[in-house]
Amino acid sequence: MDKPIRVLVAKPGLDGHDRGAKMIARALRDAGMEVIYTGLRQTPEQIVAAAIQEDVDIIGMSILSGAHNHLFPKVIGLLKEQDAEDIMVIAGGVIPEDDIPALKEAGVAAIFTPGALTTEIVQFIRDNVKR
Amino acid sequence: MFDNEKFKQLKEARRNWEEKDLNKSLSRSPERKEEFKTGSGDKVERLYTPEDINDLDFMDEIGFPGQYPYTRGYQPTMFRGRLWTMRMYAGFSTAEESNKRYKFLVDQGSTGLSVAFDLPTQIGYDSDHPLAEGEVGKVGVAIDSLADMEILFDGIDLEKVSTSMTINSPASVLLAMYIAVADKKGVSPEKLRGTIQNDILKEYIARGTYIYPTEESMRLITDIFEYCSKNVPQWNTISISGYHIREAGSTAAQEVGFTLADGIAYVEAAIKAGLDVDSFAPRLSFFFNAHNDLLEEVAKYRAARRLWAKIMKERFGAKKPQSMMLKFHTQTGGSTLTAQQPDNNIVRVAIQTLAAVLGGTQSLHTNSKDEALALPTEDSVRIALRTQQIVAHESGVTNTVDPLAGSYYVEAKTKEIEDKAMEYITKIDELGGAPRAIDAGYIQKEITDAAYKYQMDVEKGDVVVVGMNKFKVAEKAPQGLLKVDPMVGEMQKKKLVELKEKRDNEAVSEKLIALKKACEGTENLMPYIVEAVREYATLGEICDVMREVFGEYEQSVML
Repeated sequence: MDKPIRVLVAKPGLDGHDRGAKMIARALRDAGMEVIYTGLRQTPEQIVAAAIQEDVDIIGMSILSGAHNHLFPKVIGLLKEQDAEDIMVIAGGVIPEDDIPALKEAGVAAIFTPGALTTEIVQFIRDNVKR
Repeated sequence: MFDNEKFKQLKEARRNWEEKDLNKSLSRSPERKEEFKTGSGDKVERLYTPEDINDLDFMDEIGFPGQYPYTRGYQPTMFRGRLWTMRMYAGFSTAEESNKRYKFLVDQGSTGLSVAFDLPTQIGYDSDHPLAEGEVGKVGVAIDSLADMEILFDGIDLEKVSTSMTINSPASVLLAMYIAVADKKGVSPEKLRGTIQNDILKEYIARGTYIYPTEESMRLITDIFEYCSKNVPQWNTISISGYHIREAGSTAAQEVGFTLADGIAYVEAAIKAGLDVDSFAPRLSFFFNAHNDLLEEVAKYRAARRLWAKIMKERFGAKKPQSMMLKFHTQTGGSTLTAQQPDNNIVRVAIQTLAAVLGGTQSLHTNSKDEALALPTEDSVRIALRTQQIVAHESGVTNTVDPLAGSYYVEAKTKEIEDKAMEYITKIDELGGAPRAIDAGYIQKEITDAAYKYQMDVEKGDVVVVGMNKFKVAEKAPQGLLKVDPMVGEMQKKKLVELKEKRDNEAVSEKLIALKKACEGTENLMPYIVEAVREYATLGEICDVMREVFGEYEQSVML
């Protein structure tokens, strides 16, 4: 049997809204994935270090504070620097439609905005994680 | 409520109704669902009758407005005397931009200000701190020093307006800045009216803008209680908040239970610090959410008022009636808004406004239709404010006090929420009080469990969210959302450089050293903080001094 998909669910920046992150973390766990949740106020450096140390397949980040254009690309840049580009990055939160193309360009594989179902997210991960 | 004979007749009549009319109706057409539930997932009966409230003593439990236990409102005439304060939470970008928005709101009939600070300000970092990168001016206004605060309140009469500030860990610093700005305008502290949120426990539970460990945070809070009781007597020193607990996914009963448990912890801390309960309790205020289940929400506010009155009287032996009165601000529920078909949110907010008003709120913020997508534009804020004005002036619900009292359902629900909230409080008492229950992760886990259950119910379609999981349409991306100037961070940094060149840096470091010494001792810190802000010490500098002495809070990460 395949080993379970490992996911780091992270809250970058100063934003304290963690309901979404916790819901996703639980849903992924219930879907059989191994989930590590970082808690609040993680710097991009901390997130990348945790992802590498925990040997995860994917990082899921959630931001509702508007700092996404700064923080998501930074995490992806650090992954590249550390030769860890194989870790896929997905994101969610209050992300205006207008910002999405640039974030995808920067390397965010998918962005889930308010109203997204946890089942969609589970499916996306199963379909797209490279093993 | 009824004598035995009447009650017996009533039961008999009900049995008759069930056997004849009800069964006939059910056999012809069954009900839409097997079980009906409130927004919080509690069972709702088909019909409520005097049977459901027969144990309720009118005088003890319901009574008259302005009288203990204040179920019907803390004031005898309620909205016939004065409408609630229409207080719109606002703030973004720089102090200059936010000042413009406040003047707009006052022009449009807003009767109180409510300041939203950006995250670096809320966590005690100046705009030039590395962790502030990307966050400056985003969810609120950036305030680094008294200089920003002077701009924020430029042209606003602090003697006339009441100002609420959503600030917690650094509440003492922002209050000190407000006092200093007022002083420069010639308004003395005893004339200032307003509120600081100052509720650290719910930051640990649900909102996340904590800085210091629990004990030191509680000291800062009780220092503020004491300082204000002597110097700023009209100021509400804390807004004990259920709002964020509910946003994090709690039920209505949890919102009441956990919030009042936090309230108990603050009262206990202040009494332990040597304060007399009646010296500070009248200035405690509360902050609740308003969700869509109208009648459950109304019951919630009534239950909270009654339960707090009993706690203050019976548990803490308060003597002053003002100490027993739960006064509260309400904000409509951000988490109930949908990004899909955002115009529908106007309707949700109208229902929530009715809930808050029928529940007897003292002030209200109504969310704007576009807030699931971005900060609100001026146009959408105007609709949100107009919603309050329509309820106030056109709906008629303000004409009589506590109009839903005596509804069998609302009274039964009020009692049910009170009892459930009390069960949570008892459980938290057993765990050693709210701070310990938070450290143990109990409160957070209860909330997350409730939130997850709700999420799954939405995904299964058991809970309908119009436009999101039912009645969907294909939509284009919304246009015209508010964007915060990405240069705000740079502008704030530049202001900081200029400030540090202009101010008397020697005086600043003297005041910071004095503050540090006071932190190491047991004196009230407020006078030291006021002195430091007057010399234009920055928020970050002041908070860093306290970080150095107090250390920082470690979150217990829970799923």
